[in-house]
Amino acid sequence: MSKDKTQKSVQTTGHSWDGDLQEYNNPLPRWWLWAFYATIVFAVVYWFLYPTLPIGRDYTKGIGNEITYTTADGKTVTTHWNTRALFLKEQEEARKRQAVYLEKLAKASYEDIAKDPELSAFVFSRAKVLFADNCAACHQRGGNGVLGEYPNLLDDSWLWGGTFADIQQTITNGRHGNMPAWKGQLSDQQIGDVVEYVLSLSGEPVDADRAARGKTVFMNNCAVCHGQDARGQKFLGSANLTDKIWTIAKVPQANSLDGKRNAVRQVVENGKRRTMPAWKGRLSDTEIKILTYYVHELGGGQ
Amino acid sequence: MTQPQYQARIPVYPRSVKGRFRTLKTAILILAYAVYFLLPWLRWSRENAPDQAVLFDLVGRKFYVFDLVVYAQDIFWLAGLLVIFALLLFFVTGLAGRVWCGYFCFQTLWTDLYMFVERWIQGDRNARMKLHKAPWGPNKILRLGATWLAWLLIALATGVSFVLYWGDAPVLLRQMLAGEAPFAAYATAGFLTLTTYVMAGLAREQVCTYMCPYARFQGVMFDENTLIVAYDEKRGEREKGRQKPRKGLMKREERIAQGVGDCIDCGYCFQVCPVGIDIRDGLQYQCISCALCIDACDTIMDSIGYPRGLVRYTSENALEGKPTRLLNLKNLGYGVALAITIGALVWSVTHRADVELAVYQIRQPLAVILSDGRVQNRYRIKVNNKTEQRLTYRLGLEGLEPSAELDAGRFRQFTLEPEQMLPLQVKVRRDPRFVHQVRESFAFVLEPVGREDAPEVRHASQFYTPPAQVRGGQPDAE
Repeated sequence: MSKDKTQKSVQTTGHSWDGDLQEYNNPLPRWWLWAFYATIVFAVVYWFLYPTLPIGRDYTKGIGNEITYTTADGKTVTTHWNTRALFLKEQEEARKRQAVYLEKLAKASYEDIAKDPELSAFVFSRAKVLFADNCAACHQRGGNGVLGEYPNLLDDSWLWGGTFADIQQTITNGRHGNMPAWKGQLSDQQIGDVVEYVLSLSGEPVDADRAARGKTVFMNNCAVCHGQDARGQKFLGSANLTDKIWTIAKVPQANSLDGKRNAVRQVVENGKRRTMPAWKGRLSDTEIKILTYYVHELGGGQ
Repeated sequence: MTQPQYQARIPVYPRSVKGRFRTLKTAILILAYAVYFLLPWLRWSRENAPDQAVLFDLVGRKFYVFDLVVYAQDIFWLAGLLVIFALLLFFVTGLAGRVWCGYFCFQTLWTDLYMFVERWIQGDRNARMKLHKAPWGPNKILRLGATWLAWLLIALATGVSFVLYWGDAPVLLRQMLAGEAPFAAYATAGFLTLTTYVMAGLAREQVCTYMCPYARFQGVMFDENTLIVAYDEKRGEREKGRQKPRKGLMKREERIAQGVGDCIDCGYCFQVCPVGIDIRDGLQYQCISCALCIDACDTIMDSIGYPRGLVRYTSENALEGKPTRLLNLKNLGYGVALAITIGALVWSVTHRADVELAVYQIRQPLAVILSDGRVQNRYRIKVNNKTEQRLTYRLGLEGLEPSAELDAGRFRQFTLEPEQMLPLQVKVRRDPRFVHQVRESFAFVLEPVGREDAPEVRHASQFYTPPAQVRGGQPDAE
């Protein structure tokens, strides 16, 4: 006599295919069946609560799941639940969190920002976005500009001044830089001489006699803008010719002295007009303040 | 008659038993509960964090395990730990079968505790069976109600204790009682209360048979040498099978002489079984190797004076009279893999730098030429103090000419609070006349200030000079 309760032989479901193909029956627990019914009930409830079924060009929106958000331009929208609306609502909440800092920033001076690590961290992260959206098209993502076209903001040379006030003025109202073309105004000989002089200012091993002649040409024609000492004048945006930075002439890319001569000659002969657009009206005062602080920090400021 | 395609659970009413394995299991249970419920309350002196020995601080992204602070970037240790657990499970299963299931699994431990409570309030197997069949009345309501309430309290304590690992236990518990704790704390505690109650109180052995993936795949790690709980069929059945003891079949010698097995068919072994199987049917996938049937059978064998071991830990080979060989390729392989993983994790934990320095060169652009002709590179630096001390460091350069300039703004020298991470942006400027190659290696060095015992830290980096600017070794070099 055995008290064995387990099934000694496995039963089949009673179905039979092709005469002899049968299916074992290992009964499932009943709660498993109830769990399966529960998922069906869940699905039916879901149909009513969330957007589900397409009907023609429309679809069911669900009931009791309204979501309200305010867009960036102040419109309040109420709609049925959907992930896009959820995203816009989250953006609205993010804007509210930003507003706390932006309010603080509107009142803060540049010195205040530098003293407050939390505020300067906010300025940096906000500035990266603003810079990428508005400035990077010309000045490049990292602010290194394009030689000959758009100034490099990372070096320590500031054509229009590197103080907070100067930079803010540059961004707000824009700048127009104009190097006139000297071809036809000066003889080929004179241009060659002044090129030697300009290169000598940067310590290049040039022809001393030609450079001396070039100095006279420079004083008579170029010093008006670049100054007697050739250090440039920030109210004109004229370049400092005595340092190692070249803002238009592609000297850094030249490998030989003749290459450098040629690069400077190009600029003297053809001139260069460059325009920094005004951002007043396009960016808010606070946004300009953020960018000013960022650009000042990039190049170390003055 | 065909059986139904769905069937209700056949209730299991395990009977109590005393014996070696029951004692061992109770000891493990007490130890496990002591650790689980008391560990969050163990205090540990810390400077910048709650004084809790084991604390998983998700908000601060730090795990505190006694003197070890685990940071988010050490998360691969968790992967190592999981690999170790998996290998350990395979290794032990290969050698000794379902030891985890029988002695250590939470499902086994909590079900065991719930059964203790059940037995204490409702009585042993027969009393419980009678109570469940009885019509509803004051006695049944009182006893079942008290059991369910006790289960619920245990489940609640389990859920709340789990939550306490993730915050400062005394503070968090006070917050939870006052209704001020974060929603996640209540949700987690509530969810675990529910699952504990359902799994240990209602589902029980069904968790092992229907839900647990390990229970289903552990069979592939078994072989004929693996230690299993088994019924010695040869001895128990002999030629004429098991027989109840009656006149002429009382003594063992009489049974052997008549070819009757040693099993007296008392049924104690399946009455104590928590998963409701009969071990005499052989190795079954439902068996969690809890060994309570061994205790049951040994108790009976002792009382009738037969030798113990009719149900015992053995292997399939041993049952067939062949030698059991545990030193096979599979077990050795698991063992070696386990040892290597443990070694690697221990090495990694003991050799972690206490102060970490990470340097990223800024690549937009790589280099800028300054007005005095020098070349500037910029770097983003992160210094992470993983110690519990306040450390002062001075940032320096190594491997560059003395004229190379390091501009770290206001942070050339800085003090790190315990566990503080400081991000810095620094600039390095070099005269191109000292530069010989487009890319030159150097290192940032953190030198401790004011403390001899603080570690010096360095991180290698590169300085980039545009090819046209490389002047080293040229005639105008000074």
